[in-house]
Amino acid sequence: MDFTEDQIQRYSRHIILQDVGVEGQERINKGKVLIVGAGGLGAPVALYLAAAGVGTIGIIDGDVVDLSNLQRQVIHFTPDVNKAKVLSAKEKINQLNPDVKVITYYDLLTASNALDIIKDYDFVVDGTDNFPVKFLINDACVQAGKPFSHGGILRFEGQTITVLPGTACYRCVFHAPPPPNAVPTCSQAGVLGAIAGMLGTIQAAEVLKYLTGVGDLLTNRLLTFNAKTMDFRTIKVKHNHRCAVCGDHPTITELVDYEQATCEIKTHGEGVPHKALIQK
Amino acid sequence: MSKIQVNGNEQILETDSVSVLELIKLNKVLNADMVSVQLNGEFVDREVYSSTVLKDNDEIDFLYFMGGGAN
Ligand SMILES: [Zn+2]
Repeated sequence: MDFTEDQIQRYSRHIILQDVGVEGQERINKGKVLIVGAGGLGAPVALYLAAAGVGTIGIIDGDVVDLSNLQRQVIHFTPDVNKAKVLSAKEKINQLNPDVKVITYYDLLTASNALDIIKDYDFVVDGTDNFPVKFLINDACVQAGKPFSHGGILRFEGQTITVLPGTACYRCVFHAPPPPNAVPTCSQAGVLGAIAGMLGTIQAAEVLKYLTGVGDLLTNRLLTFNAKTMDFRTIKVKHNHRCAVCGDHPTITELVDYEQATCEIKTHGEGVPHKALIQK
Repeated sequence: MSKIQVNGNEQILETDSVSVLELIKLNKVLNADMVSVQLNGEFVDREVYSSTVLKDNDEIDFLYFMGGGAN
């Protein structure tokens, strides 16, 4: 890849960075990253990856921009209300950095499309807001051998872990989605807007570290923080031999839309995912 | 009396034979389903929360489910 004068200028702060350099920047420009969810986490992830020059950014989201999103979803602006989030995000990325190819999926990630969509990417970022999809991303990425970053936020807190083939996965740590309503969502309990930026930029940094091969990824460690105290903690976690998807005797061998699988066992396999359950 | 670490902070258990389930309540976790529990680096199955008793110097981590992100 030969950089133009403009590109050398645009990426100069990466290029002069000793661990990145021209080579690292080339890897970033060749990188293909899928962002699941163009919301609180997906917004900063998409903006920073676009600014960094990630060559291909895929964004999947089935929602439109709502006025209540703008408090933290910084890729969407007031005139974007009612616009598809993927379209709004694509427009901003194109303005920020024309080097980036944006692929949009105005859809929900489901058991039936997940593997087909993620296969084209080097890395997947979980920016979703519900447990069934978080577990679906985990299971799909583990099965496809794709690295991914899990992210979750609530109120003043955030957590993230990076999962590579063979390292502790999200299911190793959390086993299965909690019963419905056991854990409040951001729409029920609220979230400090800047928390989304704090966690999303950590996820974006992990992507750039992965693409450039710089540093140690957040694998086998769950990072948690509480912005009220600004205490950050990484908790060592181990690959769980009893994990249902990556353990010694996996019981999850094909993807299912999780809540549907538990609530509506009979209809499993008939295809249409239960939108009301998976929808945000 | 035993001294344990909960999420990196020291806690003194005044009574003997405190179970993981009791510790969850002592720490005001609203619902045991909100956390995944690690004891000395190993995950504890939900089924044995009440029969797993803590001892001196145990390190316990409550890993909270956090589902937010998009909306
Ligand atoms: Zn696992």
